[in-house]
Amino acid sequence: MLSIKNLHASVEGTPILKGINLEVKPGEVHAIMGPNGSGKSTLASVLAGKEEYEVTAGEVIFKGKDLLELSPEDRAREGVFLAFQYPVEIPGVSSTNFLRTAVNQVREYRGQEPLDAVKFLTLMKEKMKLVEIDQKLLSRSLNEGFSGGEKKRNEIFQMAILDPSLSILDETDSGLDIDALKVVSHGVNTLRSADKATIVVTHYQRLLDYIVPDFVHVLFDGKIVKSGNKELALELEEKGYDWIKEATNGAAV
Amino acid sequence: MTNTKTLRLIDTFLNGLSEDFGAFADLKMEALDALRTQGLPALKEEEYKFTPISKKLESTFGEIKATQKINLTAAQVAAAHIPGLDAHVLVFNNGQWDQELSNFTGAEFQILSIEENEANLNGKIGAIAKNDRDHFVPLNSLTFQEGISLEIPKGKALTKPVLILHFVQALEGNYTAPRTYISAQSQTAGTFIEKTISLDEAPYFNNVVTEIHVGENAHIHYYRVQEESRSGITVNNFETNIHRDATFTSVVLTLQGDMLRNNLSLNLLDSGCEGNMYGLYLVNGKTHVDNHTNVDHTKPHAESNELYKGILADQSRGVFNGKIFVRQDAQKTNAFQQNNNILLSEDAIVNTKPQLEIWADDVKCSHGCTIGQLDEEALFYLRARGIGKESARGLLLYAFAGEVLEHIKEESFRDYCIGLLQERLGGSY
Repeated sequence: MLSIKNLHASVEGTPILKGINLEVKPGEVHAIMGPNGSGKSTLASVLAGKEEYEVTAGEVIFKGKDLLELSPEDRAREGVFLAFQYPVEIPGVSSTNFLRTAVNQVREYRGQEPLDAVKFLTLMKEKMKLVEIDQKLLSRSLNEGFSGGEKKRNEIFQMAILDPSLSILDETDSGLDIDALKVVSHGVNTLRSADKATIVVTHYQRLLDYIVPDFVHVLFDGKIVKSGNKELALELEEKGYDWIKEATNGAAV
Repeated sequence: MTNTKTLRLIDTFLNGLSEDFGAFADLKMEALDALRTQGLPALKEEEYKFTPISKKLESTFGEIKATQKINLTAAQVAAAHIPGLDAHVLVFNNGQWDQELSNFTGAEFQILSIEENEANLNGKIGAIAKNDRDHFVPLNSLTFQEGISLEIPKGKALTKPVLILHFVQALEGNYTAPRTYISAQSQTAGTFIEKTISLDEAPYFNNVVTEIHVGENAHIHYYRVQEESRSGITVNNFETNIHRDATFTSVVLTLQGDMLRNNLSLNLLDSGCEGNMYGLYLVNGKTHVDNHTNVDHTKPHAESNELYKGILADQSRGVFNGKIFVRQDAQKTNAFQQNNNILLSEDAIVNTKPQLEIWADDVKCSHGCTIGQLDEEALFYLRARGIGKESARGLLLYAFAGEVLEHIKEESFRDYCIGLLQERLGGSY
């Protein structure tokens, strides 16, 4: 589904990603872990198409298409979804209005009829239950005055509505209490299926107790320096990242 | 000191004046004196620093000459109507009252010609918008023709809004000078909607003066939409005296013109009154819009709210100047002012200046202004959900601008303004 080869990216001339290789197949859940500043969020943003990151080398193929050639909106329409680490507050735009616009533009791209107000409302109601989000929250301006947990739940709610084939969760667990974490994980797990894939970017192993990954990758200094199964996450939790850093630096010398 | 340079613009007027002014001779004498002393705004004058109006008039016309009335038809009036709005219609033809095309049958207000009713109106005309207020007030006082006075008698709440349509077309001249005096007696209510229609692309100078007396416990809304031709030059002097427990709300939507200067002054003359000023300027091309607002708190326990927002594209230019004056007596004043701008192009310019003068010591006053670009983070967020770049921009700009239009209480007019806004932003949001 997603094939990343030798991906290099920099921001304002500073290289952040220095040769990422990653294969993600349908049905798989990949966790990307690593210390702060290792490039985890940059990878997520580059995949979603954030313009301030400049891709300097490498390629990303998503369902047979060159992802890097597509605009952010076309990536979303093709089925890539980024759950933001810091969802943006947008005063004056109601969540409902925003989501309906998004859903119908995605549908238009895929040659589907737009959803009318009734059908859209039915879809909303169904997905609201999944993340236990309140209707009142959705009639307010998008993310404005939402608590941290509400913002993250709203991300997963949007994901449920847009039904992407590749979901990238960028530190969705950061700042969540255990109850909110359970709700969010339940949402993500319910949306998992054999034809969809998930990339979970996280700093903490805790999330992976709830969203169990098939693969765990450690990102350090812009490269994946170690890959393994979920046991690797436990090892990281126990030993921290220093041994990875030492091993990497040692190898480089 | 006579400013001979700027007065050249109005030479013909000044030379053509007869010794005998006829009606309102005192007002006109005073206006002439004011003009001879102040001239028109000099290039470096603080109040017109960013809006070189005299230069603009001189380069456009050389000299200002009054236009004639045009042959206006009922069909043109009907075409200018706001869809779905049930309103009394007042028509001005090149600045002059046109009773025939106006329609206010069964209205709860009275209309009088200013010139023909000097006995009733002397001491009222020019008492709110005084001749020393702005350079263009005395010019209007000296030159207006067929102005009207509209009075809402005590205790009447208008059941329908009043739609004021100004048709402008330069014809054997370039200058129009509408003059309106509105008196809302105590315990009245009414909504006014004003629209200027440029009938062609020929440049004109429309010098408008509107004076409003808002009596005790009267509640007046005044909405204006400015979508003039790209060569239309307009100066609006709009001043209100707001009395005890009265409220006055102004909403101005500016979309197009060559150079538009709006002077809006609210005089809060007693306790318990409230003045609100809202404005949205959404301009492109070379449109230059200048909103100079002034609120004068004179007595305790009064409130003013002000929100002006601007979206400027291409080489357009916006000026905002917000004066809040709180006099020593005006304790417990609440005064709020906000001006936010989004620049959509490298060549668009905004000059914004809050000006607070506070002489009382127990007041709440706040002001703020911002100038920025469209929020890139927000734009990316919307696009990352599959919303196309243009729609995402439209959605964000609509959200930014919509806050101003929410203050329009008359539904069909609000819908009309929202329509204009969406048309300008290129979509429906």
